[in-house]
Amino acid sequence: MVLAFMFLRRLFSVFPVWLGVSVLSFGLLRLIPGDTATMMLGTRYTEERAERLRERMGLDQPLPVQYVRWLGRVVRGDLGESAYTGRPVRDELLERLPVTLQLAGGALITALLIAIPLGVLGAAQRGKAGDYAAQVVGISGLSIPNFWLGTLLILGFSLGPGGLPSGGYISPSVSLAQNLRHMLLPTVALSLAVAAVLLRMCRSAMLEILDQDFMELARAKGVSRTRLLWVHGLKNAWLPVMTVLGIQAGYLLGGSVVIESVFRLPGIGSLALSAIQSRDYVLLQGVILFVATAFLLINLTVDLLYAWIDPRMRAS
Amino acid sequence: MKNTWQAFRMHRMGMVGAVLLALLLGSALFAPLLSPRDPLAMQTDALLTAPGSDALLGTDALGRDVLSRILHGSRLALHVGLVSVGFALTAGCLLGVTAGYAGGKTDYVISRFLDILFSVPDVMLALAIMAVLGQKTTNVMLAIGIVYTPIFARVARGEVLRVKRALFVEAARSMGVRTLPLIVRHILPAAVPALIVQTTLSFAFAVLAESALSFLGLGVEPDTPSWGMMLRDGKDWLDEAWWISVFPGMAITLTVLSFNLVGDALRDALDPRLRGGAA
Repeated sequence: MVLAFMFLRRLFSVFPVWLGVSVLSFGLLRLIPGDTATMMLGTRYTEERAERLRERMGLDQPLPVQYVRWLGRVVRGDLGESAYTGRPVRDELLERLPVTLQLAGGALITALLIAIPLGVLGAAQRGKAGDYAAQVVGISGLSIPNFWLGTLLILGFSLGPGGLPSGGYISPSVSLAQNLRHMLLPTVALSLAVAAVLLRMCRSAMLEILDQDFMELARAKGVSRTRLLWVHGLKNAWLPVMTVLGIQAGYLLGGSVVIESVFRLPGIGSLALSAIQSRDYVLLQGVILFVATAFLLINLTVDLLYAWIDPRMRAS
Repeated sequence: MKNTWQAFRMHRMGMVGAVLLALLLGSALFAPLLSPRDPLAMQTDALLTAPGSDALLGTDALGRDVLSRILHGSRLALHVGLVSVGFALTAGCLLGVTAGYAGGKTDYVISRFLDILFSVPDVMLALAIMAVLGQKTTNVMLAIGIVYTPIFARVARGEVLRVKRALFVEAARSMGVRTLPLIVRHILPAAVPALIVQTTLSFAFAVLAESALSFLGLGVEPDTPSWGMMLRDGKDWLDEAWWISVFPGMAITLTVLSFNLVGDALRDALDPRLRGGAA
């Protein structure tokens, strides 16, 4: 009941932000100088098509009217047509979504697999070798640009002895093994920066928890050190780590633009890039609205999960 | 202030960062003197020369000296960082202080506006702004500045909210200090430590963002010696000339690392509340 109420309240606060994002995406197309219909049709421009488009979009109407009409279509899932290919933007997005989902999801899992053990180890061995290793991974993860890391991985494992593919994509429905081989390097390249943020968060949360009375009590009661760290400690350190997960999702979505470009992956990020290169602003508008909506929904989910896991949040 | 400096000096990694930063500043200032060649000069008889005595870090596919381009690239990186972080700091403080001090509806409107900017991932937002403005160095600075404005606004707003009801502010107010002097002289100084830390860390972000945009071909003008642009040029020659890609990437990493190390150390030195090293 409390959760349902919280959900509604959060949804209520996210909605104005989403409307703002939609105004931003709508405005993007209108900020570019020149005739909107000509721009929207791009290479497919004919006088006849332009006339039809002006009529359909109401381009002779005042901007607020145009916006409301546009929003009405967006809500029904109509994001317009790509100026370059003439295909619905929605289809372009859905076609490329699995690639980005696999890349970002894989990177998030990899990041957690690096961050949690190293974060716990760093806190447990404060000031010793393990901590030093954790801090080195943390600070270098934040400092190495992901596209350079990608380049180094190609140099080391594609052109070097590893023989892994340096780019391209193979759908898992064609060959799962090939798919994984192609996704390995981009996933690692994208994950390091996220791992760094999560690791630093996990380490500092663990350090705080290790000083708490209940940990002292557990220790006094003879709980083994391993259990103390990985069960009692991690259970509590997990919460602050979760709070930054939502923000990291944004990083993953943005970072996918760069990584997909390095490894020539046909995902949402490279779609955004090719939209800009071919001046396909309708497509770009669709991508931005889509990504921002996804980001808002992910953060909403994280907030709710957080409230579900931590009863203290529910009370406030 | 003295205590802060002492605390900073005790921070070993912070000092490493400071030394790196000093080296970076030196190479940016003296780039024309240190560079063995003109960073734009193409030597048609020395295309893709491997690092060696002729060219310390090699040459690229157009025969341009990689070391000279990296040295000149540091000027661009710092210039973009300075202008974009300066913009974000100014705009962010204005928005954040206004929101925090005014409260109520003003706060609501500004905060939602910041939420909107926050809800587009930073690279995406910068790309969209560049798509509208066009590929140009000044536009890169503006785009990065806009992208990082909300962070400064949040920090400034939070700090204002923290001290707004503090006794010393109430005292100043009751003595008849007007709003603007009250903010500038009494409230803003309390926000300075947090803002210094954020500024340092934002330099790291700005350098990363500029190189990412240039790498994607949406940053500075094509011929400009920019580290990101050099990596873009090197991408097609990876199997023949690794040096075009490896050295500029090192320059980016060391620069970002130095700002991160100094930022972390400053956070520990300036504000014990923020200690712990969480990003």
